[in-house]
Amino acid sequence: MEQTSVRELQDVVIRFSGDSGDGMQLTGTLFSDTSALMGNGISTFPDYPAEIRAPQGTVAGVSGFQVHFGNHCELNPGDYCDVLVAMNPAALKANRKWLKPGATVILDGDSVTEEHLKRAGFATTDIVAELKLDAYDLVVPDITSMTREALKETGLDNKSVVKCKNMFALGICFWMFDRPEEHAMEYIDAKFLKKNPAVAQANKLALRAGYDYAANTHQFANTYKVAPARLEKGTYRSISGNVATAWGLCAAAEKAHLPLFCGSYPITPATVILEELAKRKDLGVKTVQAEDEIAGICTAIGAAYAGNFAVTSTSGPGLSLKSEALGLAVMTELPLVVVDVQRGGPSTGLPTKTEQSDLQQALYGRNGECPVAVVAASSPSDCFRFAFEAGRIAMEHMTPVILLSDGFIANGSEPWRIPQMKEFPEIHPPIVETAPEGGFLPYVRNEKLARGWAFPGKIGLEHRVGGLEKDAVKGCISHDPANHQKMVDLRAAKVAKIAEDIPVQRVIGDPEGDLLVVGWGGTRGHLQQAVGDLRKEGKRVSLCHFNYINPLPRGVHEIFSRFRRIVVCELNEGQFAAYLRQQLQEFRYEQYNKCEGQPFTIVELKEKFYSLLD
Amino acid sequence: MANYQYTPADFKSDQEVRWCPGCGDHAILNAVQRALPEIADATDTPHNRFTFVSGIGCSSRFIYYMKTFGFHSVHGRANAVATGVKVANPDLAVWVCTGDGDSLAIGGNHFIHAIRRNVDLNVILFNNEIYGLTKGQYSPTSKLGKITKTSPYGTVEKPFNPGELVIGAKGTFFARSVDVEVNLSKECLVAAAKHPGMSVVEMLQNCVIFNDKTHAQFAGDKAVRAEHTITLRHGEKMLFGADHEKGLVFEQMKLKVVTVGQEGYTLDNVLVHDAHRRDTTLHSMLAAMKYPDYPVALGVIRDVEDPVVYDAAVQRQVEEVKAASRIHCVDDLLRSGATWEVE
Repeated sequence: MEQTSVRELQDVVIRFSGDSGDGMQLTGTLFSDTSALMGNGISTFPDYPAEIRAPQGTVAGVSGFQVHFGNHCELNPGDYCDVLVAMNPAALKANRKWLKPGATVILDGDSVTEEHLKRAGFATTDIVAELKLDAYDLVVPDITSMTREALKETGLDNKSVVKCKNMFALGICFWMFDRPEEHAMEYIDAKFLKKNPAVAQANKLALRAGYDYAANTHQFANTYKVAPARLEKGTYRSISGNVATAWGLCAAAEKAHLPLFCGSYPITPATVILEELAKRKDLGVKTVQAEDEIAGICTAIGAAYAGNFAVTSTSGPGLSLKSEALGLAVMTELPLVVVDVQRGGPSTGLPTKTEQSDLQQALYGRNGECPVAVVAASSPSDCFRFAFEAGRIAMEHMTPVILLSDGFIANGSEPWRIPQMKEFPEIHPPIVETAPEGGFLPYVRNEKLARGWAFPGKIGLEHRVGGLEKDAVKGCISHDPANHQKMVDLRAAKVAKIAEDIPVQRVIGDPEGDLLVVGWGGTRGHLQQAVGDLRKEGKRVSLCHFNYINPLPRGVHEIFSRFRRIVVCELNEGQFAAYLRQQLQEFRYEQYNKCEGQPFTIVELKEKFYSLLD
Repeated sequence: MANYQYTPADFKSDQEVRWCPGCGDHAILNAVQRALPEIADATDTPHNRFTFVSGIGCSSRFIYYMKTFGFHSVHGRANAVATGVKVANPDLAVWVCTGDGDSLAIGGNHFIHAIRRNVDLNVILFNNEIYGLTKGQYSPTSKLGKITKTSPYGTVEKPFNPGELVIGAKGTFFARSVDVEVNLSKECLVAAAKHPGMSVVEMLQNCVIFNDKTHAQFAGDKAVRAEHTITLRHGEKMLFGADHEKGLVFEQMKLKVVTVGQEGYTLDNVLVHDAHRRDTTLHSMLAAMKYPDYPVALGVIRDVEDPVVYDAAVQRQVEEVKAASRIHCVDDLLRSGATWEVE
């Protein structure tokens, strides 16, 4: 029998896939968290259907979780996988196109039945021929029956037993990649022990059985070692984009010394932000699960008026519903953060898939001349920083800020060197404590053009604000034509002035060259790797990636003018490119766009860049 | 009881009141400004804690005429904005000025959910059965068959009775007054202010331009009101009529109007109003009474204390979790759960 050899790898991409009820998200999360704890760089990509329990055994119902881990800081979850775990033929079929040449495929042998093959749309019973898997390392252990065998003493019913097969598969992967089981065991205990000790025990048994099976059998040609990443010294944790967003908002509230209020309505893929903030009563956070999206933002506006740092979280359809109220926040000049975790649109679109197609809605989707600040986060951990920034800008400049995240970075996770709050600046909102001589006038502005924020309850500051146009000086209702023009100008100038208060735009790579790749938000990991790969080949390519969208940072013109060609890459049909054409008309922009509900792949980006360099 | 010695003038802003001459809103503004000094004392609320929130419509201009904190929001959203204000700062006395279009049509969802949550808001619902600010279209309280600009052949949709809606949503406080009855309005407003949880005071208000005399059949003048309305007061007999000769009795699962001393009915048969009864059946029946079969019920119809008041419960939960948690600041939070060191 062949000896199993140990191979050292720089990085590995592993994809867990199965029916949407097979527990693939949990399996993937446990694998990535364990890898993170071992010091690997990780980047993850959960890719699941909109249905909670989609039709079993069908290609449309396949749920996947991809983990990219390695000995350096992983920028993205990888295009193609080295190992595919497929719990049934449909999962294999759905992910066939994502296999690297020679990849290992682990398929549950018990699932290869006529019925499953038919449901997955196979024409024959010969999977290998039909999917052209000759050159791949296909392993077909009977995962379901071995799980059943391992758990036969537990006394659990068949349904509960079969549910543990994902842990068996995880055990195999733990052995292959030399991962310890402790973290997964602790997690299982924390999740099940109190509620159902038998289930906790069963999951642990299945995990162990999978590990032992892989170790004892000689079906696997190789095991792999992936050394820890050389990361900056510090304390690390694994974090997802949505949790980082929630925590960044908590951080902004702490630095402003104000309570955090969140009024939201559950919506995929943003719901975790509300869920996380609902847990954060320990930090004084108040959450209202509103009756609808409109009430979400309106309760937040009320809370902002009353002196809380107020936020509302949503996704594209919800942002549409919030448009009118967002205009009210602009008119009343109150601080407010609206988090939009973008998904595929229009309408209900692709609720669980990623896209960047809400940019123009964020910039322009309101009646009247209605400018709001827009910022975008670039990675899961980056959501912390930009949630904080959104809060800082909102409160110091007295304006609503839209924070754009997306399904990809919101659900994805990565290791994060935990910052200390002393590294973050204090936030100084223009809070008015006492009435100046002559009385408080709500629309008197400071040097940032921000008006004073006077909380109800403070003596002598009684005042009225609202959605009707206000006199620029006295703050009472005004229909005067010249005053309206003045207020339109002031609201625009106030947002434009934020540019003085954010970092100058920077470029990744050389400051001049043949091709400048321009991106924004959640595509940074893919763009940076593709650009980096080309630079290693000696190509004169650089990346200019934007987080501050409105206003644009200073220094953009200088950067753009030093490149022969500019290509704007985004997961929409060219919304940022159109915005740049309006903001910086002197340049010619080429575009690379995709609307498939999926992140870019490195391969397709590089192909595009090569074609532009020819 | 506190003694702030406020006068109505302390609550009048310097803005010129711009409702149409003869509009019922003037009388309601007057009632509110007269009620607030008493409310301030009865609920120990200093001037700086009164916050008025409104939506859109004639009634929603109200907040500009009050010298209090005020927020004029967008159409239908007053109850949602007010919920945010109250949850953010439960110390504030939050009042909502809204109309039949604002709270029963475009904002119907927020209205019933604020009631369901029992947020401690005091809602003044101006009901003139018409859209005034858009110049005369029917509203969700317009009578069936009502001819308006958008129903030139009469409406074919039945109206809401706000009282039934509030009580049906398990509202804990509902009162009704007529714009011209300033003293009764004041009485209802004071009771609403004292009530913990959401209070709704429906003001039957006359729109002199687009729906003049819509309530006149039962509320036209004092004599008509005596015959066709009944003012309910907790613990008192349900009597009405010029000489209090008529009363309400409960028979065969229905309310019935009787004349005391006739057909064998005595004063003992007449119902005594119990506003504090938890069961909603009778309150709902009283709120539903319609002209001409019944007198229209005025006064505090329902005033039930419920232990769960939303804003207070949110606050209490925050305090409890805070006290029990090991996470006291963001630095603690960031280091909670699984972490690892890189040397």
